[in-house]
Amino acid sequence: MADVALRKVVKRYDDVEAVRGIDLDISDHEFIVLVGPSGCGKSTTLRMIAGLEDITDGDIMIGGDVVNDVPPKDRDIAMVFQNYALYPHMTVAENMSFGLRLKHYPKAEIKARVTEAARLLDITDLIDRKPKQLSGGQRQRVAMGRAIVRNPKVFLFDEPLSNLDAKLRVQMRIEIKKVHQKVRTTTVYVTHDQVEAMTLADRVVVMNKGRIEQIGTPNELYHKPATRFVAGFIGSPAMNFIPCRLEDAGGKLNIRLTDRISFPLPPARAARYTALPRTENLLLGIRPEHLTESHAHLEPGVETFDTVLDVTEPMGMETLVYFGLEGAPICGRVDPNAGAKDGAPMRLAMDLNNMHLLNEATGAVL
Amino acid sequence: MSTLAIDKGGPTRKIKYRSMSRDRTWALRWSYFFLVLFAIFSLIPPIYMLITSLKSSAEISAATNPWWVFHPTLANYVELLTSNQFLRFFWNSAIVSIVVVFVTMLISIPAAFALARMKFWGSTTLATGVFLTYLIPDSLLFIPLFKMLAVLQDLTGITLLNRWYVLLFIYPTLTVPFCTWIMIGYFASIPKELDEAALIDGASWLQTLTRIFIPVALPGLIAATIFAFTVSWAQFLYPLVFTTSIDQLVLPVGITTTLIKGDVFNWGQIMTGALLGAAPPLIIYAFLMDYYIAGLTAGATKG
Repeated sequence: MADVALRKVVKRYDDVEAVRGIDLDISDHEFIVLVGPSGCGKSTTLRMIAGLEDITDGDIMIGGDVVNDVPPKDRDIAMVFQNYALYPHMTVAENMSFGLRLKHYPKAEIKARVTEAARLLDITDLIDRKPKQLSGGQRQRVAMGRAIVRNPKVFLFDEPLSNLDAKLRVQMRIEIKKVHQKVRTTTVYVTHDQVEAMTLADRVVVMNKGRIEQIGTPNELYHKPATRFVAGFIGSPAMNFIPCRLEDAGGKLNIRLTDRISFPLPPARAARYTALPRTENLLLGIRPEHLTESHAHLEPGVETFDTVLDVTEPMGMETLVYFGLEGAPICGRVDPNAGAKDGAPMRLAMDLNNMHLLNEATGAVL
Repeated sequence: MSTLAIDKGGPTRKIKYRSMSRDRTWALRWSYFFLVLFAIFSLIPPIYMLITSLKSSAEISAATNPWWVFHPTLANYVELLTSNQFLRFFWNSAIVSIVVVFVTMLISIPAAFALARMKFWGSTTLATGVFLTYLIPDSLLFIPLFKMLAVLQDLTGITLLNRWYVLLFIYPTLTVPFCTWIMIGYFASIPKELDEAALIDGASWLQTLTRIFIPVALPGLIAATIFAFTVSWAQFLYPLVFTTSIDQLVLPVGITTTLIKGDVFNWGQIMTGALLGAAPPLIIYAFLMDYYIAGLTAGATKG
């Protein structure tokens, strides 16, 4: 087990800079998830840690040693691939023990390790089968087993659940978390699914266009996003962004959304934003769960407005409502019994205590 | 008319379905028609060979129905199989083909692996070059090859012309490019992650080749082997040019040069020799057919 560090790591393919100078410290036992849209450089970063891609510039350290020019087999890492990459002509046991056999481990130890890993992953019954005879979820377990038996310093996961159906993905997500709780190996996990990132990670690294946008615990990213990209990427349905402007109104600070709608800011927020120029184009960031149905006893800082709903989506435990504000499409989450209907007018409440204010030009959260 | 009007409602879908199945029936009928036609066309020569091989010379030259054997005899077979000359041709062919298959695989497999997986400078150009080499016909190559060997023989003093073993060097010029090319295809269909997984598991390139690629691409490998064997076994031009003494000849050249004396064709023995010569590839095909088909359709479905 070891810590992993990236220092100004750059990856360039001819003219394209896939990774543009990344700094990242991963401590021992930590579960780190790299998340971002496709083409953001997350997989390239993982493959550079694995040694499957050369580093154009910078340093990668595993356990304190610079491994830039160390071949993958000497980095003491194990990787789980999206398409499992099981050896089709070998049984489950042979697949799992392949690495150990190459390193000439004693037979008894190989058997013990394979048995232990199979028990841990609940695949003891499948040990003599070929990958062809396994379901997707079982194959993914075997791929994890192959990583576990090696007892490496670092586990690398490259979108391991993308090939599974939705139900199995949730199940395997929990399995991966359980396994990590047992073996405690430092893990770097790549996914484009922000739910996976939030549920699995000790810390999430949000990447975009070859750069790190923000590093933080799932809660930090959710509640204190640093940029518009992070605010929009984390959370489902995504955060709403409404063009707005600050204005002074009788000694108070108001936020104006449309000609009709303007709300006074709660005192704590007003104090934070009062220094901002009044003319600047801003964005109000508000999550759907902070746009709910209005009711009689509203807390301070919760403001109401009337709108006409475009579409409603009943989800059972809640109903998602969609409407437009000055051309911006907005999503809210209301109680299923609140009477939301397609095309019907509705009074909604916006919780400004949980608002974010962003600079429209730079995307920075203010 | 009235029944037509009634039919217009719900059952239209059913009618459409029936017409689709009728299309299928017709497609099948045509397929069978042409397949049977093709089978007859390609089976006539071997059947005629078999019939002729069972006749005596007298019966072959007699003006009877050529498609029937009136006095079947195994004399041609006995004569050939007890003739040292024929057995020598057979032996030469077997040695040459087996060694050529071995040499071809020894060169093609690592070459295909390198060209398919180790992305080095010029690897794509080289892969295309390998294929283009195959497109040059042997009738164009045999004169320069002969000249090269003659020069080499003069320089080294080693007898290269009129020796069966020189075919071991010449046949691979035909088999290696094609086998390399099809092996590149098979290796390329193996997911990239598989060798990456092996690399991380600690396998060297050679171990990745021997322990992952060769077993996974085995059907393709067998298809390439069959191809190399068939080409070597049936090759006619090169042995005709490079070997002349009776004891150096391989089967195809041996049959035609020894059983045709001037303008006398020993048809019975020619047909028998050709049939016996066709047996080994046939037997190999029969045993490896399943592998061959699996090899041809490799990568069509992803497990």
